[in-house]
Amino acid sequence: MSRIIGTETEFGIVTQGPRLMDAVSSSTLIVNSYPLLPSQSVLWDYENENPLMDARGFEVDGERERPASDYNRLLNKVLANGGRFYVDGAHPEYATPECSNVYDLIAYEKAGERILEQALSRARHSGSEERTLHIYKNNTDHKGNSYGYHENYLVSRGVPFQKIVDQMMPFLVTRQIFCGAGKVGHENRTEAVSYQISQRADFFEALVDLNTMVKRPIINTRDEPHADPKRYRRLHVIVGDSNMSEVTTFLKVGTTSLILAMLEPEGDVAHEASVAYDGIGFQLENPVWAIRAISRDLTLRKHVKLSGGKEWSAIEIQRAYLDQAERFFEASDNPTVHAILHKWRAVLDQLAIDPMKLSREIDWVIKKEMIDSYTARKGWELSDPRVTMLDLQYHDVVQEKGLYYALERGRHVDRITSSDAVAAAEQNPPTDTRAYFRGACLKKFPKEVYAISWSSILFNTAKGIKKVPLMDPLKGGKSSIGTLLERSNTVEELLSMIAA
Amino acid sequence: MAKQEKKEKKKEADKKEEGVSANPEVVEKGKAIKEDLDKLMEEIDDVLEENAEEFVKNFVQKGGE
Repeated sequence: MSRIIGTETEFGIVTQGPRLMDAVSSSTLIVNSYPLLPSQSVLWDYENENPLMDARGFEVDGERERPASDYNRLLNKVLANGGRFYVDGAHPEYATPECSNVYDLIAYEKAGERILEQALSRARHSGSEERTLHIYKNNTDHKGNSYGYHENYLVSRGVPFQKIVDQMMPFLVTRQIFCGAGKVGHENRTEAVSYQISQRADFFEALVDLNTMVKRPIINTRDEPHADPKRYRRLHVIVGDSNMSEVTTFLKVGTTSLILAMLEPEGDVAHEASVAYDGIGFQLENPVWAIRAISRDLTLRKHVKLSGGKEWSAIEIQRAYLDQAERFFEASDNPTVHAILHKWRAVLDQLAIDPMKLSREIDWVIKKEMIDSYTARKGWELSDPRVTMLDLQYHDVVQEKGLYYALERGRHVDRITSSDAVAAAEQNPPTDTRAYFRGACLKKFPKEVYAISWSSILFNTAKGIKKVPLMDPLKGGKSSIGTLLERSNTVEELLSMIAA
Repeated sequence: MAKQEKKEKKKEADKKEEGVSANPEVVEKGKAIKEDLDKLMEEIDDVLEENAEEFVKNFVQKGGE
């Protein structure tokens, strides 16, 4: 299954030093401290961006982002792997390059953690003073302030948006049982609890909307495909947690890709449908209530109401999706599809018997097991503020300090990718999406690349600035453009060969 | 917490019972798991932020996205 996917991660950041440093300055320092950028001069091209376009068919008033050149360069870095490293409000953010499969996605997302770690290490000593920085791949300060983790799935424009909403709503509310990152406590004026499944569930207050920062919706309507809008939409999923566990990310992105693919048998995006499919066929009575209730039920036994009166557990709802997916993909010859289905089934079965047995695979369980073992040993109450520190430090991107990494070193958690694959993903773009063209051009012509967006590259040439549009994320891979790039000694040669 | 301790004690008791009749392989495996866990707990002791209470109190972020 070839589906373009990518994730954006906003990181929590703290700086301690002789001088007070606000979050914007800290984030700016971080993105400017990463040592392995291919180019210092490239601009981020906002020309094709419009986050105010709503998938329900209208455009919202608001200010578009258009920073002046110097400021643009200060805030935006384009990486050799084709991803983007930038300041988003008061957080450093990393966007993976476009990936064609979940295995690549995991390697590129993990590469982001390594990029932040290296940037942090260098930022510590930059300028005249020493400072201590902490960066967390989590989603909350435990005081009511959340920052995001967004998944992006390219979907055929042929699928009506309402059909996506109907298909995704019960799925996104319940998938947290195997992709929640776990959280100590509660916030945002929600019901008190000492530990819950999701970092983000407390923050979702609406069903479907364009907002991402206030009154967050379970389904976000941003219609900004970063691709040919006649052929594609990009589903921008904002309801998920940032995960540390590779298995958890595999399930989160893998299962979501599958149930989206089931909607587009007639679409442009590659698929392997064996049967016609008409959507999941049920809805939750109150998704906003359900997402919080499910996050608070560590036994996974409680039932939530469906429209029409039935009451199902989150596991039963997920099994309904899985049953349909297994039938839909039965004849698929794609091993990744079957690996996802297999893991999905195994994890749901185990969740039904004893969730705590998944302490090698699922973040919220891994974290809970670690907290339970440690607090039992220390005799701490769960309400002890040091327990929140354990939670926070699980997400520390510095491998020597991060508790997830301590578990990984001790082989207490399962992995999907390898450290070698992650190292390769930091410096090289995926070979089978347009990210290849972006990353390879930046490496080969670092001075000539003038500006970059997700869907174009602008080159500085002898005849002025020339734009190469990249409106199809599946095109621009190594098989089509690799030889041309190799043969080109100058940007002018490259452009004339592309035009030919 | 009391419940947690009870659970831990029960686990210990289970282990002892098993130990009487269990084959040496299982005992060895159990030992290895415990050693690994001890090592992990010590590692957490070493790296856990000092003044955790203060740190957590001061950890305030701006909302993002």
